Amino acid sequence: MKLTLKIWRQKNAGAKGNFETYKMDNVSTKMAFLEMLDALNKKLVEENKDPVAFDHDCREGICGSCGMYINGHPHGPVPAITTCSLSMRYFKDGDTIWIEPWRAKPFPVIKDLIVDRRAFDKIQIAGGFISVNTGAAPEANSILIQKNKSDDAFDAAICIGCGACVAACKNASAMLFVSAKISQFALLPQGRVEAKDRVRAMVEKMDEVGFGNCSNTGACEAECPKEIKLVNIARLFREYYKAF
Amino acid sequence: MGKLISKIPDGPLAMKWTNYKASVKLVNPANKKKLEIIVIGTGLSGAAASSALGELGYSVKTFCYQDSPRRAHSVAAQGGINAAKNYQNDGDSTYRLFYDMIKGGDFRAREANVYRAAEVSNQVIDHYTALGVPFARDYGGTLDTRSFGGVQVSRTFYSKGQTGQQCLLGVYSSLNRQIKKGNVTMYPRREMLDLVLIDGKARGIVARNLITGDIERHAAHAVVLATGGYGTIYFLSTLAVNSNASAVWKAHKKGAFFANPSFVQIHPTSVPQLNEFQSKLTLMSESLRNDGRIWVPKLKGDKRPGNEIPEQERDYYLERRYPAFGNLVPRDVASRAAKERCDAGFGIGETGLAVNLDFRDAIKKQGKKAIEDKYGNLFDMYKTITGIDSYTEPMRIYPAGHYTMGGLWVDYELMTTIPGLYAIGEANFSDHGANRLGASSLMQTSGDGYFILPNTISNYLSDEIRVPKISTDNPEFEETEKAVRERLNKFISIKGKQTASSFHKRLGKIMWDYCGMVRSEEGLKKALVLIKELRVEFWRDLNVTGESTELNQELEKAGRVADFFELGELLVNDALNRNESCGAHFREEYQTPDGEALRNDEKFAYVAAWEYTGEGKPHILHKEELKFENVEMKVRSYK
Amino acid sequence: MSKVLFSSISKKFVMALAGLFLLTFLPVHLIINLMLLKSEPGPFNTAAHFMATFPLIKIMEVVLFGAILLHISWGILLQIQNWIARPVGYVSGNKSEVSFFSRFMIWTGATILTFLILHWFNFYFIKLGIVKGNAEDFYSVAHKLFKIPAYDFIYLTCFAFLGFHLFHAFYSAFQTIGLNHRLWNPVVKPIALVYAIIIPAGFAFISITLWLFR
Repeated sequence: MKLTLKIWRQKNAGAKGNFETYKMDNVSTKMAFLEMLDALNKKLVEENKDPVAFDHDCREGICGSCGMYINGHPHGPVPAITTCSLSMRYFKDGDTIWIEPWRAKPFPVIKDLIVDRRAFDKIQIAGGFISVNTGAAPEANSILIQKNKSDDAFDAAICIGCGACVAACKNASAMLFVSAKISQFALLPQGRVEAKDRVRAMVEKMDEVGFGNCSNTGACEAECPKEIKLVNIARLFREYYKAF
Repeated sequence: MGKLISKIPDGPLAMKWTNYKASVKLVNPANKKKLEIIVIGTGLSGAAASSALGELGYSVKTFCYQDSPRRAHSVAAQGGINAAKNYQNDGDSTYRLFYDMIKGGDFRAREANVYRAAEVSNQVIDHYTALGVPFARDYGGTLDTRSFGGVQVSRTFYSKGQTGQQCLLGVYSSLNRQIKKGNVTMYPRREMLDLVLIDGKARGIVARNLITGDIERHAAHAVVLATGGYGTIYFLSTLAVNSNASAVWKAHKKGAFFANPSFVQIHPTSVPQLNEFQSKLTLMSESLRNDGRIWVPKLKGDKRPGNEIPEQERDYYLERRYPAFGNLVPRDVASRAAKERCDAGFGIGETGLAVNLDFRDAIKKQGKKAIEDKYGNLFDMYKTITGIDSYTEPMRIYPAGHYTMGGLWVDYELMTTIPGLYAIGEANFSDHGANRLGASSLMQTSGDGYFILPNTISNYLSDEIRVPKISTDNPEFEETEKAVRERLNKFISIKGKQTASSFHKRLGKIMWDYCGMVRSEEGLKKALVLIKELRVEFWRDLNVTGESTELNQELEKAGRVADFFELGELLVNDALNRNESCGAHFREEYQTPDGEALRNDEKFAYVAAWEYTGEGKPHILHKEELKFENVEMKVRSYK
Repeated sequence: MSKVLFSSISKKFVMALAGLFLLTFLPVHLIINLMLLKSEPGPFNTAAHFMATFPLIKIMEVVLFGAILLHISWGILLQIQNWIARPVGYVSGNKSEVSFFSRFMIWTGATILTFLILHWFNFYFIKLGIVKGNAEDFYSVAHKLFKIPAYDFIYLTCFAFLGFHLFHAFYSAFQTIGLNHRLWNPVVKPIALVYAIIIPAGFAFISITLWLFR
């Protein structure tokens, strides 16, 4: 296939960016989206031009490194996958593809399509843990947990921290991300002990780093590559009210 | 450093670790704060060690090349994590877990280390559970287990197909807690480019800030490498594409011996290569072999779609060759058998480098629903990648480079041959011998980080309490930084035509073809020539665009590929030296008449630890003889 | 404490509670308005008088205005914060599958506010004596207004926007106060839809009847 790529190029955090147009010939439908960009970068380097910088690592949809805003969708138009799992067979010959970085004040662009997502780490550092020292844990089966609760905790815990929820949200809100972690711990007896402190600390940090407010539009849920549900946000709200 | 001192404690096997802990030197709590430790890598072992050391009160500085510690490649482990809890009452015990690992590793691992790994496995599960890792549970609320990787007990704890992710998020949370407390300082997007030795001791690192390109010096009383394996040397592997061996290789060149580099596990069930630009191979969990049947057409070059090939024209070669274990033979055996069929011309697909993994019979017998319940997410994942619906068509699979049993040589305390330099997790030559069993890597790497290193490092640091904070103004830092800068500038100044990745791809092909699943003296010797030639071409024709003073992914890649050339050579030499077939290392010359691995315990029951002697000079081989006092060396048979 | 009061979730909670209160006010207003359909002005004017003078209702009036004020000011504040949170937008737009009306709450809300101001000029300010008119005969005032086609046009448009606003608001308020449960969550959206249709349709029905058939 032949494709036209419109890619956001920005030399560094301070630079002014712009869209560059690249023509790609011979794109195979068997390629992954990032492999198509690899091919572009190979071409650019061979022409002594600066290749497009983007975050990526595991390339199997679990590390959460990759993230591009493709044709109006975080991670592209196919639901429930990350950018690295996006296949080129979803595009047609002659397509124009817009590729943009995540846009949010707490996610400033570092270079091209790479953004700084440390705001997520800051929220986790504020309280996304259970305070237990190594060696202090009780025997694993000494605390029984209902299977459905444990399963729900797992469904929240599979968040990969990619930031697609923030990228999709018209308000750049991180509510889905925060609620996933809060939910995981809130559903487990181990996490209940410090549940109040946790939710207060994490929400305070979330506001402090500058994410927007949730207006329950559900874009995050629609775009989450791991299909984290909005019920988690409602649980976050409940946990927050309970904390006072 | 001529002799390898493994520091194995005295006493009976089951008491060694207890005895060690009872007599190890400790550091006074007041002194711990003054002692600095650098940890490189934030996978299960690195993040676990950082948090455990932080809890103890040491001043820890932790580095990772990713934007967040949560992205380390431990995240991708699927199947599970072993522990000898014996929750199933099926006869499991620390000894049995130990024995399974020793045997699975084809008797090329150190008894005392393996026993200790099995011993702390239960603590690991307790700790993860306390950290809120949502392991699968039974209806009564207890933890569930499944059997995995060709053992006779059910000892694998799991979180669906995302056990690695859940464990990693567990260690990430404990790391975050220590960051909040100020015991750990986190340095993300940093790549260690060299190790700094002062008076022969590891005293710091020189790292590159991957955003600004700044070269930074970081000093400490001890350095811990938790940088994972080197499987990306094959270019196409199941590893994260940025995983690399540079940290361990730099340490190796500074004096840390490299052990058993040729022990590389090739995983039998990954999605085959689909196009020439492919950047990685995705693993499909080994559990698929519980119900899927592996076959190729009986007719050479049969290009009909799998479904159109009738039963009598199919060769279920694993069931044919290994009637006792059938499709469930260990990873190394399954991988070699697939390669054998494809090399003989029976492979399927456009490339001929794939075999069928067929669920037709299982679906017929158990119904689609049952198969969906068990493997639904894997089938979805396969469809996402290939577009093929495995409920109606056979899956296509092929082996891929996966896990490296080899790594930096360490003693019982996990210290390398450089005083003050430790290697934990997959980065060390570890407890898996010549072949790793499924679900034992999460167990070993977590145990190293949480429970072993924090106990052993005090033995070294207790002698360091009088050493004041180490200054980065030392001439050793100066020199190392200068060398690092020179090397970076060299990459940029070549200004050739080819990208680092294209060299990586070609190197990977050489390694895969001649030093992959099957090796021969002739092939290995040829590989040595080819690697050297390619290496010369690399240093002549590499093209790195941009500057070293900015975010430059081409420069990052170039450094990693340059190290892979050197490591590749050592890997091949190690494979050449080991004139036997054991575990994942299969030498064509050493096989039984029916094509099975032929071990040579008399000559090769040792750990091959290689010493670097300088640019262009041959490595020196040091042998650590392996003594088996508690198990009898047997031939692995799956017939 | 101020951090807690002004946290994103607390602000949303206030928005939701105020909104929910306004949701309960609308049916009351609708029922009174239905009396406009009667041919004699008595019942409507009596009801209007009652609403204007009964002490409990007078207290509720303060609460109502408090709720309106909070809902509007917090709404604007939140929206400004949301705009700040995304200083650079996407060139390729936002094509995520979301409930359509949820994207435009600030705009549907602003339209309703505009109408509200008009509405106050026509009625409430007369009562307060700010605008001249007969506060004891809103029946006639209403009937006169509805005979003006332009007024009806504005009225109907604004109530359409109110419907759009209510549809998302109803579901959203429940989500915000934490009432999202897998068992009855599927029921909330249909109820929201029914509510968002019936309330504006009721007002619209009165407007059209008075305009065209009286």
